[in-house]
Amino acid sequence: MSATLQARPSWRWVQPSILPGFAPSMAITLIWLGVIVIGPLGVMLWFTAGMGWEAFLGVITQPRVLGDLWVSLSSALYASTINAGFGLLVAWVLTRYEFPGRRFADAMIDLPFALPTAVAGIALSTLYAPTGWIGAVLAPLGIQIAFQPAGIVVAMMFISLPFIVRTVQPVIQDLEVEQEEAASLMGATPLQIFLRISLPAIIPSLLTGFALALARCLGEYGSIIFIAGNKPMISEIVPLLIVAQLDQFDYQGATAIGTLMLGVSFLLLLAINLLQAWVRRRHGG
Amino acid sequence: MAVKYTLIGIAVAFLTLFLMFPLAIVFGEALSAGASAYFSSLTDPSVITAIQLTLIIAAIAVPANLIFGVCASWCIARFDFAGRNVLITLIDLPFSISPVIAGLLEVLLFGLNGLFGTWLSNHNIQIIFALPGMVIATIFVTFPFVAREVIPLAQEQGNDEEEAAVTLGASGLQIFWRVSLPKIRWGLFYGVLLCNARAMGEFGAVSVVSGKVFGETDTLSLAVESLYESYETQAAFAVASLLAMLALVTLVLKAALEWWHRDELHAVRVRKAS
Repeated sequence: MSATLQARPSWRWVQPSILPGFAPSMAITLIWLGVIVIGPLGVMLWFTAGMGWEAFLGVITQPRVLGDLWVSLSSALYASTINAGFGLLVAWVLTRYEFPGRRFADAMIDLPFALPTAVAGIALSTLYAPTGWIGAVLAPLGIQIAFQPAGIVVAMMFISLPFIVRTVQPVIQDLEVEQEEAASLMGATPLQIFLRISLPAIIPSLLTGFALALARCLGEYGSIIFIAGNKPMISEIVPLLIVAQLDQFDYQGATAIGTLMLGVSFLLLLAINLLQAWVRRRHGG
Repeated sequence: MAVKYTLIGIAVAFLTLFLMFPLAIVFGEALSAGASAYFSSLTDPSVITAIQLTLIIAAIAVPANLIFGVCASWCIARFDFAGRNVLITLIDLPFSISPVIAGLLEVLLFGLNGLFGTWLSNHNIQIIFALPGMVIATIFVTFPFVAREVIPLAQEQGNDEEEAAVTLGASGLQIFWRVSLPKIRWGLFYGVLLCNARAMGEFGAVSVVSGKVFGETDTLSLAVESLYESYETQAAFAVASLLAMLALVTLVLKAALEWWHRDELHAVRVRKAS
């Protein structure tokens, strides 16, 4: 009895190390994190709590808030889903095939990451306007993208593409080609090989990429507001609604909607983490 | 074979349509009225002010996050403590928060009705609708950039060299400057590169806390909006082309870094994906 007690080491916050500098670096990290991120977020939640449950519900159940939330959520889901398909295809082509311009294409994937969102916004809205390079081709077919809800999806696809490609790419790179070759020798078709061997290994990373893309799409502001029509409940996104409330000095409304957005993205990320855990368990990855 | 070329074809067509067209139209529209119109829109005094403001904001925000990234990577990667993953998640938090909310937070803290609003106005200090607010909002949105590149890299490399240096009698600062910094320098540079691109291009967060006066409190991104909204399309695209060039330089440096130091940086990419 006493032996087991002695064998169990007392709980320590930090494992002992001969390296110096833990306390000061930890102190700076925590203080800076607190001042810049945690503190301000806490203030927002505190203000929300201060307005009371009734007032909070009153703000977030307004038709415009719910309508805009639906616009944001559905557009983000469309964009991330379409990009999951195209992003996987692009990542596959860039890692598996050799072709002229491959390295250039690979470097360009990060363009939406590096290009300031306002630049992307005016470029996309000019391209897809009925007189633009792409809009003029689509207009005779009766398809309108700029200043319509579809414009939001296009802008979201642009900004979220690198998140999917860059999370899936390293996994495709590390796939064991031997398994695919073995399957091929045993007579499996390329499609069977992809669906049964490659895809199950890729799916967890695809879900991670999907989650990152979704979070980015929901929060995105700059590239969307130029191409969206910004009509309340039809083509207005939640971040723009927050800006509109701030412009009218409705701080309470802006705070409540900000908290709602935070809650929604938290729930979505939680759901995707659970889905990911389930997929990993199922495929033993 | 047919499958291979079809897939390559689809991927190239998709990337051309979605990435190359937007880039091409920026330069196309910027030069649509000729080179002299292009340069005269760039030398407009309001645009010069916007360039200066953008550089000042980046010159404060990037070093702030560089120092933070170095401190965070030292305590998180070199030591083993309870709650390490929670801390990493908290550092990553600004990534999943809308830039507009980042601006809103500054308004709630420093705005007239904000937490410190009365105190600030009594002491005649203006943060919102002025440079300090824009700097703080930029620091918020770029907060994780350096830390999240350096932490996985330092974790991957381990502490063997640092521990050897301690046993040989090196002081803490000597270890940092002579051993650790050279180990993580490319990861740091990579993080600073991305952090800088975002800091100079940030729009949403800065637009909430800027006074949005073209020629006074407009950064380059905000100048793009101001010009575009007042139907000066060519001038808007001329300013946008500056930012697009910044993005291209960032991409070239990034690709070069990944090519020369791919062994070091590969660990980071794999770690992030899982």
